This record gives sequence, structure tokens and C-alpha cells, in this order.
Amino acid sequence: MKKTKKKNTSKEETSPNYISTGSEWSFELIEKYDEEISRIAKNFKLDTYPNQIEVISAEQMLDAYSSVGMPLGYHHWSFGKQFLQSEKGYKRGQMGLAYEIVINSSPCIAYLMEENTMMMQALVIAHASYGHNSFFKGNYLFRTWTDADAIIDYLLFAKKYIAECEQRYGIEEVEGFLDSCHAVMNYGVDRYKRPAPISAAEEHKRQQEREEHLQQQVNELWRTIPTNSDDGDNRSRVRFPEEPQENLLYFFEKNAPLLAPWQREVLRIVRKIAQYFYPQRQTQVMNEGWASFWHYTIMNQMYDEKLVDEGFMIEFLKSHAGVVYQPPFDSKWYSGINPYTLGISMFQDIRRICESPTDEDREWFPDIAGKDWLETLDFAMRNFKDESFILQYLSPKVIRDLKLFAIKDDDKEEEYEITGIHNDNGYRYVREQLSKQYNLSMKEPDIQVWDVNLRGDRSLTLRHIPNNRIPLGKSTDEVLKHIHRLWGFNVHLYSVDNGITVEEYHCPPEQHEIDL
Amino acid sequence: MGISHVIDRRLNGKNKSAVNRERFLRRYREHIKKAVSDAVGKRSITDIERGENISIPGKDLDEPTFRPGQGGIRETVNPGNRDFSTGDMLPKPPAEEGGGGVGDGQAGNAGEGMDEFVFQISQEEFLDFMFEDLELPNLIKKQLKDTTSYKYLRAGFTNKGNPSKINVVRSLQKAYGRRIALTGKSREKIKALDAEIAALKASDNIDQQLLDELTEKRKRLKKRVKKIPWIDEFDLKFNQHIRHPVPSTSAVMFCLMDVSGSMTQMHKDIAKRFYILLYLFLKRNYKKIDVVFIRHHTSAKEVDEQEFFYSRETGGTIVSSALKLMDEIIRQRYPASDWNIYAAQASDGDNWNDDSPQCSKLLRESILPSVQYFSYIEITQLDHQMLWHEYEKLCTEFEGSFSMQNIQTESDIYPVFRELFQRKSA
Repeated sequence: MKKTKKKNTSKEETSPNYISTGSEWSFELIEKYDEEISRIAKNFKLDTYPNQIEVISAEQMLDAYSSVGMPLGYHHWSFGKQFLQSEKGYKRGQMGLAYEIVINSSPCIAYLMEENTMMMQALVIAHASYGHNSFFKGNYLFRTWTDADAIIDYLLFAKKYIAECEQRYGIEEVEGFLDSCHAVMNYGVDRYKRPAPISAAEEHKRQQEREEHLQQQVNELWRTIPTNSDDGDNRSRVRFPEEPQENLLYFFEKNAPLLAPWQREVLRIVRKIAQYFYPQRQTQVMNEGWASFWHYTIMNQMYDEKLVDEGFMIEFLKSHAGVVYQPPFDSKWYSGINPYTLGISMFQDIRRICESPTDEDREWFPDIAGKDWLETLDFAMRNFKDESFILQYLSPKVIRDLKLFAIKDDDKEEEYEITGIHNDNGYRYVREQLSKQYNLSMKEPDIQVWDVNLRGDRSLTLRHIPNNRIPLGKSTDEVLKHIHRLWGFNVHLYSVDNGITVEEYHCPPEQHEIDL
Repeated sequence: MGISHVIDRRLNGKNKSAVNRERFLRRYREHIKKAVSDAVGKRSITDIERGENISIPGKDLDEPTFRPGQGGIRETVNPGNRDFSTGDMLPKPPAEEGGGGVGDGQAGNAGEGMDEFVFQISQEEFLDFMFEDLELPNLIKKQLKDTTSYKYLRAGFTNKGNPSKINVVRSLQKAYGRRIALTGKSREKIKALDAEIAALKASDNIDQQLLDELTEKRKRLKKRVKKIPWIDEFDLKFNQHIRHPVPSTSAVMFCLMDVSGSMTQMHKDIAKRFYILLYLFLKRNYKKIDVVFIRHHTSAKEVDEQEFFYSRETGGTIVSSALKLMDEIIRQRYPASDWNIYAAQASDGDNWNDDSPQCSKLLRESILPSVQYFSYIEITQLDHQMLWHEYEKLCTEFEGSFSMQNIQTESDIYPVFRELFQRKSA
């Protein structure tokens, strides 16, 4: 612990020096708290983007919620649906509003709701403006996939562009097209390629030439005049795409035959935004755990320095306990593992392993046991995503504390099987299973562009590779309709498990399907 | 790290989500309209003007994506183990419903969500949906009856006015011009003097006396120029606005209701509901509209809104009494040349048989020629009586300005109302 500051030590023995007492907040107080939190964060070596803290009303918070935390997003009915849903929950008091909304941008924008008490404001500042903020700046996925400096400008550009399209082509037309893009939004990322950074200025500049260029490329692909080598021999035809493509949005943007230039641009916008969210989807446990770890640590530090009083601390601990509560599997409140709980448990555990390792820790984590905890935590935050973080750091102690167990549900078996619990035989197995659970491909079926019939009916063939025999869900046919709208010609989807087609979907539905 | 930037955003961006919300309502317009129309039928008389819970089947607003379906092998990690040991086998719950199954957290999360999507629309939105696409038929602009509405139009500039209307550019132009005009001579002289002084200074032997004299002269001139005020009261120019009368349509609605003994409470309730709808519709859509309430049994009486809707009476029925009173009122207060006249009459169809021809005569000869639209609703589940048949004859004669409808039960009210006031495409 870095309790080296003279003024701290002197303060500890002397009278309290509360920044404020009571629950009222004011802008001056927010600034004072922020100053102290910032100082403490600096002592803990948190490296952050500059902060922008915005005070907003409950209604504005609902709004930010509903636009997936992107207050500058373009307009779409689905955000309205979200808004109505959260509004209802909020009005009925089912939902405490927005503990925190924070935007991965530079400056990092965090929202404080005006209804909050002073304690909550301080908590959110510590959690979002220093916790999440330093995660955004440090974690490798965010560094690779997002450009914090450019995102706000890009969102504004996107919003304006889509509004212009609505003016020109009608709201319904654009809305329908966006529906289709959203249906495959999770398939807008090349997982293994470094993307080009987002830049509004450049987008703008290049947009015009892109429109022309793109159309040219597409035309090239669909040129129907046969060349000498191409005499319509199907056996020798080259497959297109040569390799299966996992980035459906990108594939449609570049190759869909019938799209207008503005539609390609909208596809691109949705794809870029999907890319922006990609790291968030993979670091939920880490990100929330990291932010919670720091708000907890910073608040306690403030209390130790007598900057806040007992009342503040009691309110804080109550709120904190609520956030990191993990209901057991058989509770009616249970809805999966709480990422806040798992995340903060792990980060606190890493600190414990560094500061006071047991024999078990030395055996399991020889590399970090007894090391500098700040450096160890910083390394963990920077270089992992949920999947690998759990695989690397989930300790027997956390598995015991949370009493984790693995259970297998095989639809071919009559019963569930418990495959691992918190004992010596189970630790590694449970850890491995939990890590897999955070692999995105477990949540999202693996679907790729397989083939396009270039010289024939221009139909598109997708391939689904089932994981553990898990089939596609009910809305698959609906998604195919959307893909059909994007592609413009027939779309086929085959689930191929170990070379055997187990299921097929077609849009429009094929005749023999109906006969069945 | 620097100190954070704290911004108060509470004032701006109010209702920013309204656009998205509005997009949503627009998309599910048909669902909402149906819910509104159901609600209108169900509500009590005093309770029509209020928001509503709208419920839409969850599947209708599902946003489809590729998701894992049921089946296959799924292995999940869950917290809170109490007494399971590795290798334990647990029976599956009988129903193949996913979700609630022991430890089957993932399937529960991936499920299709709620069956119903329920949300609130405000009173304002409720009424919007309720009266959407409705209008008073045949509304035409008649003579300017009401002179209370004006619009302010810009009308150039003026020298007098209120400080808030100062036109800065014009005023400064004027001041600049004045300064140029008033100082022109002096500045010219100064220029000449400057030249003279320069020449003098350049010459070999300087005449000191002359130089002093010239310098003194120049000083005086400069002073004079300086004395000219930079801006003066008469430079000021003000934006001028003039009042312009705006033509407004003046319309009057006659509400005629039978309150005789033959009207049971049920009949009266239906009639009242109809009129409340009508009244809300008028209040909402037409700011300047007069409403005349006439209730009748054997004799008719003009009453105020409160009495019309809420007081009780009994007695026989003479429908023509109401029509006569209406006719009189038109003559006295609402000349057809100046007013768009509308009327809605509600009755159970019960009338003295001798009186019914009277009614149609009155309508045919004096009322219908002067009104824009007259609608008659008959509230009865029985066979139509003489009044209905008399009125039927008018339908063809006065097509477009007379219409009649039958209401049998409460649930007919809103559809009939919509029918009567449906916007006709031009």
C-alpha cells in the first residue's frame, strides 16, 4: 500500500477531514471528490484518458441506456423499444437506474444521475472515470479494436449520414435496411485481423470515392461476359470466396450485387459500430471486476484518510454488496454468474496471492505469489480477455468461495451430470469449463459465408458448424430473410457437423422442404 | 491525469430519446391503435382521458439473430453448490422448457424472453391515436368571425421602438453615415493642413510661427471631429412588426340528446360516451369552436356541459322540440353565412309518431341546408321506429352532409364514431 504521503499519515491521527457529510451533492463537491479520487488513483498508478463527467437527469439516463450506452447513436425503433422497457422498470422501481454508464472514448465520458446521493456520485466517479477508464486505455483488446479519440466523431458522422439517408430514401426504407444489418451485427468482425481505426474525417473524405470504387469492384465480380478461360464449366469453377468468411457484414458490403451505394455505407457503419463493441463483449467480467475492485479500493482508501464519514461508508458498503451479490444457482434471482462478483473476486484474490500467499497459491501461481500486487494486477488487466483471464487466474480459493460446480446437460441422456466441483479433482476442470463459457463462439453460433454461385443463380450459401451438437435457434429463418434482403438472391444455410449436413434452411423456402 | 471536466447536461438534450420512442410507436401503430380502441370501449365515462398500457406480443417485436437453440450438449458452471459431488446424476425436469431447469442457466438466458411486451403511452399519445385520421367533414373557411387571432409580420424598420427590437446593423450604419457626413469638411481640412505642415517641415527654413498656427488649427479641427457623437439617439433603428389578422374557421357543434324516460340508463350512458368522445375530439382539434348542448324530453333546453352530461331527467319524447330549438339558436347566434355548423343527435329512436315527420321536415327545410354535417346515432337493440325511417329518406337527399348510424352496445361507440368522422380523402 502506498500510504507514504505525509499529509495522509498526519491526517490519520488527527481529526477527520470530511469532504462533505450528508447526501446532498453539488458541483463543487463533485469536483472536490474527483480531485481526491484522482489523487488516490494516481497513487495506485491507474493510467486513464482525461475524464469528462456529465450530470444528467433520470430520463436522460434511460435514454443513454436504451441507445446501448451510445447517446450519440443513430435513430432506430429498437432503441425506442429498449427505452420503453427500461422506463417501465424504472417507474415501477424494479430497477435501480444506471449505476454507471461510461463511454470508451477520449475524453472518457461518464454519466452521473442527478437523483444520486453524494456517495453514489463519488462511487460512480471511482468506478467509471477511473476504473473503466483505465481498463479502456490499458486492455489490449480495446487498444487493438477501438480508437478512443475518434469514436465520438464517428458516431456523429454515422448519425448524420443515416439521418440524410432517411431524408432521401424515407424512414421506412432505411429502418428496414438497418433491421437487416442488426440481424447479423454480431457477425461484423474479423476475429484475427487488426481492423483499420475509425476516423470520422477520413470516412467523410473517402466516402465519395469509396462509393464509386465499391460499385466498380462489385461490378467486376458480377461481370457476366465470359472470358476465354471461363466457358461455363462448373467443375473447374473457382469457389468464391476462396476461404470461408466469418465477417458477414464486410462480405455483404463488398460483394452483395444489388445494394445501392448508401446501403453499403450503412452496412459499413453498422459494422464499424459492431467492431467498437467487440472488445466489450469479450471483457465483461474483467472490465466490471476491474472497475469494482478499484471503486472498492479507492473508497476504502478515502475512509482510511478520513475524507468520508461512517455514514458514507455504510451507504457505500450496502450499495457495493448489492452489486457484487451472487445468488446461488437454485435461487429465484439466479440468472447466471454475476460478472461483477466473479471479476472483483478474482482481482481481489490476485492481490491476496501477491500480498499473503498460501502454500496452495505458491503451488498454483508460482509466478505471482509474493510479487508486487499493483504490477501483477496491471499486467492481468492489460493482456487478457475473459476467457484467457479465467483460465490463467481463477484460483482454487475463488472456486471454493463461490462454490462453483460444472454440470453437463446432454439431450441424449436422461439425467444431468455433475462433472466437477470445488475439490482437488475439480478445480482445473471447473476453471476450464468456466473459461469456455466466456468464449464468444459458445454464445454465438459459428456461421460463415461458404460459397456464392457466381455464374448461376447468384445464390449465397452459408455454413453453420455446430458446437457440441447445439442446433440453431428459432429465429434462424427470420435472420435468413434479413440476409436475403442484404444479398438480394436466394440464401441457403447448412448446419454441417463433422461433414454431415444435419439441418438446412433456405430463403425463400425450398419446395421439397414444404413437402416434408 | 489532470482534473476531470464536470458538465451539467440536465438542461439540454431533454427528450432526446423521444425520436427513438416515436419510431417505435410508429412501427407498432396498428397494435397500439387496436389497444386504444379496445380501451375506449372498456373505460368508464369519466375515465376516457388517460394514458394506457399497451401490450404487444413479444414475438412481433423480436429482433432475430443467430442464437443457439435447444438441444445438443451443454456444460455450464454455476455458483452455490451445496451437496453435489462429481459424478452425481440429477433428474431433468419433466417439461422440456429450458429456463428453470437445474443449473441450466445458459438455456434460460438464450430463451425467447417475455411473451408480452407491455409499455405505457401518455394521455396525449392516447388521444392522438384515438382521434387519428378523424376530422370534421366539409369544413370550409367562412367569413372572419373571430378577430382575436393575429400574427405579427415583419414590416421594415422604424425610428421609434422598444429597446429589445433595436436593429444593431441598421443603427450602426446610420451612425456611421452621420459621422461621415458631419465630419467630412473638417477631415478634408485636416488632410489639407497635414499636407501643408508636411510641406512646411520639408522646406529648408521652417517658419515656426506659421507651423504653430497650422498645428493649432489642426488641433481645433480634430477636436471638432471628436465631438461628433459615435452614436446618437436619432441613429437608432428598430425592427417593425405589424399585426395581421389571421383568418380562422369558426365552427359550432350542436349536441342534441334525448333524455326522456324511454332512454334507460344504458342508453344514456352510451349517448354520453359518444358525446364525450365528440367533445374531446373537438376540444383537441379545433381551438375555436363553439359547442351548444341541447337536451330534450318533451321540451328542449339549452344547457351547459356539466348539466348535459350529468343531470337526470325523465318524461315523454318530442324530438322536434330539440330541432326547433337548434334552428332558433342558429338563426339568432350562428348565421349559416358566417359559421360552419355541425350537429350530432342521439336518441333511442322512440318518438311520438306524429312528431317524426315533423322532424324530417324541419331537417329538410331549414336545418340541413344550413349545416355542414349532421349525424344521427340511434341507440337501440330493437327494431327501428318511425324516426329512423323518416331520417333514412334524408340520407340520399343530403348525401355528404347527413349520415346516420345505429349503436347497439357500448363496443359500437368508437367504431361508429370513427365511421362518422373518418377523414375523407379529397
